[in-house]
Amino acid sequence: MATTKIAEPAVGAQEAAPAHLQLEDRIWLLRAMLLMRGVEDRAMTLYRQGKVPGSFYDGYGQEAVSAGAAFAMGPQDRLCVLHRDLAAHLIRGVTPARILAQYMGRATGITQGRDGNVHFGDRRVGCVGMVSMLPDMMLVATGMAMAFKLRGEQRCALTWFGDGSTSRGDFHEAMNWAGVQKLPVIFVLENNQYAYSTPLDKQFAVDPVERAAAYGFVGETVDGNDAEAMFEATRAARERALSGGGPTLIEAVTMRMHGHAAHDDMKYVPKEQVEEWRKRDPIDRQEARLRELGVDVDAVRAEVKAEIDAAAEEALAAPMPDPATAADGVFCEGEAEPLGDGQAPWSGFSS
Amino acid sequence: MSTLTYLQAISSALRDELRADERVLVMGEDIGVFGGAFKVTDGFIDEFGPDRVMDTPLAESAIIGTAIGAAVVGMRPVCEMQFSDFISCGFDQLVNVAGKMHYRQGLAVPITVRLPSGGGFSGGPFHSQNPEAWFMHAPGIKVVAPSTAEDAKGLLHSAIRDPNPVCYMEHKHLYRRVKGEVPDGVFETPFTARVARPGSDLVVIAYGAMVHTAMEATEDLDGASIEVLDLRSLVPLDEEAILDSVERCSKVVIVDEANATCAAGAQVAALIAERGFESLDGPVVRVATPDVPIPFSPPLEQAVLPSVERVREACRELLAY
Repeated sequence: MATTKIAEPAVGAQEAAPAHLQLEDRIWLLRAMLLMRGVEDRAMTLYRQGKVPGSFYDGYGQEAVSAGAAFAMGPQDRLCVLHRDLAAHLIRGVTPARILAQYMGRATGITQGRDGNVHFGDRRVGCVGMVSMLPDMMLVATGMAMAFKLRGEQRCALTWFGDGSTSRGDFHEAMNWAGVQKLPVIFVLENNQYAYSTPLDKQFAVDPVERAAAYGFVGETVDGNDAEAMFEATRAARERALSGGGPTLIEAVTMRMHGHAAHDDMKYVPKEQVEEWRKRDPIDRQEARLRELGVDVDAVRAEVKAEIDAAAEEALAAPMPDPATAADGVFCEGEAEPLGDGQAPWSGFSS
Repeated sequence: MSTLTYLQAISSALRDELRADERVLVMGEDIGVFGGAFKVTDGFIDEFGPDRVMDTPLAESAIIGTAIGAAVVGMRPVCEMQFSDFISCGFDQLVNVAGKMHYRQGLAVPITVRLPSGGGFSGGPFHSQNPEAWFMHAPGIKVVAPSTAEDAKGLLHSAIRDPNPVCYMEHKHLYRRVKGEVPDGVFETPFTARVARPGSDLVVIAYGAMVHTAMEATEDLDGASIEVLDLRSLVPLDEEAILDSVERCSKVVIVDEANATCAAGAQVAALIAERGFESLDGPVVRVATPDVPIPFSPPLEQAVLPSVERVREACRELLAY
């Protein structure tokens, strides 16, 4: 069995009360994760019905990584979002209807049918969508942070990337550049144990979180299946970034519970490993916390389901793009419009 | 008007843009304290400071990638590749991230990548290339290639002010060899072709350094009236100007300093075959560097690069057709 990595979860007495999260925030985190799982589950159904072209990629079991990290980011911060991070889009304000339309290649999807499935970012809410060459967006996020620093702005950039990405040159180039220039950028490494079928011990000889020190900044390992832990680590990293403390590498340890994509039966992963991780489900964990606090979790679930039902209906009614427009938009013809601000529902931003 | 070398014209455009627009920054290897491998940004750091004249780590992918990030949050970065050859290390960011961004997400990427290109001075296989065709083949990237000092300045102003990624091919061999009158201040040269010399018997189509080769080769060609069309922009390609010249002259020689296969000139030849066939009075003739790496030793390098003599011979043969 291949080497896997586990971040010990904080349980019972070890679990600190979240100092920066109000109850409404903790419900928001649950809601974001439920929405992500629900939207992806619905998309998988649509895929099986032949309504989603290409393949389908999801982040089942990894919802806490994007939900927790994105929740800590301010409206003027900028995000480069990876393919298993749907909760980030939802938190920034992208509607489930547009996401489902995106998966189905409809005209109302975020890319209007120009790019597939999870390759999207809504520029109006400060997000840049990934490309398939990983981790190219580490450099883009580094460049955003460079601009923020040059202009003396109190802003931060964040990007996610996977364990496989740590093998490519752009990982090194971005970590080095960000370290040299001490930039306000947060690198979230989603260690989900496998890069497609390749396990960690075939990917690197030195744990990538240890490499942060070699680039001159902080690297820490976080339980990636705990949305509140992810939030807290990102919040602290953002604070460090804004106060001139430079970049942070957050290694979010999690597990990819589904195949790389819908066509992948994941035979290369031992069944016991999946079962073991099922006990650490990030949604179950957040639900248990909130139930203990007397929150009507079933009501949150019902609300999310109704939202997704309505979104699916809207997306299914949306038109396909007009083939006559296939060559439009290769070049920008007007003024270059920079990224816009996103939603930032954390109560810390409004208080 | 001032008399500037091609290199001074590039510096002048950069300096004017840095003065005019605080969003502009120049970034690259050794461009700050040292002033650039070719001294294009000599002295800039004293006027604009190290933030806007940025000495970067030796990492071309990072130079392009971070420029993209800065551009999408409102900056106008101008990247210098120390040699155009090194763009191979930044190819992915340019082609996959910058080039496809607007089509995929409606997000403009206003970056300019300066690419000191071309051979003729024993630079060898990694300091002499003309990689423009790589980017012509990649949707979403504009490609321009000035041949004169005036166009070097005007096209660079236009490139920096364009909301799209622009590859600006500056020919190293022209840096100090070409000199000309250049209007003072900011002016934008359109991404269109220019008739360098009007004529009616044959047209030589070229860009960059090959415009000068073409001019010299056809200056006095047995009294024939030879037009020289300077493409200036490869993406967009000024198709109407090309077809106009073909219609006027009926005979065409296309010169590329780049390797022949799928070069810019191949695209021009294809365009003429498709849309200018009826105007032709002879086969389309191409003169280009054969598909070999650019060799180091002078006799070998001169054997592969298109020479004045080769262009002259090609014109003579076609005139006699």
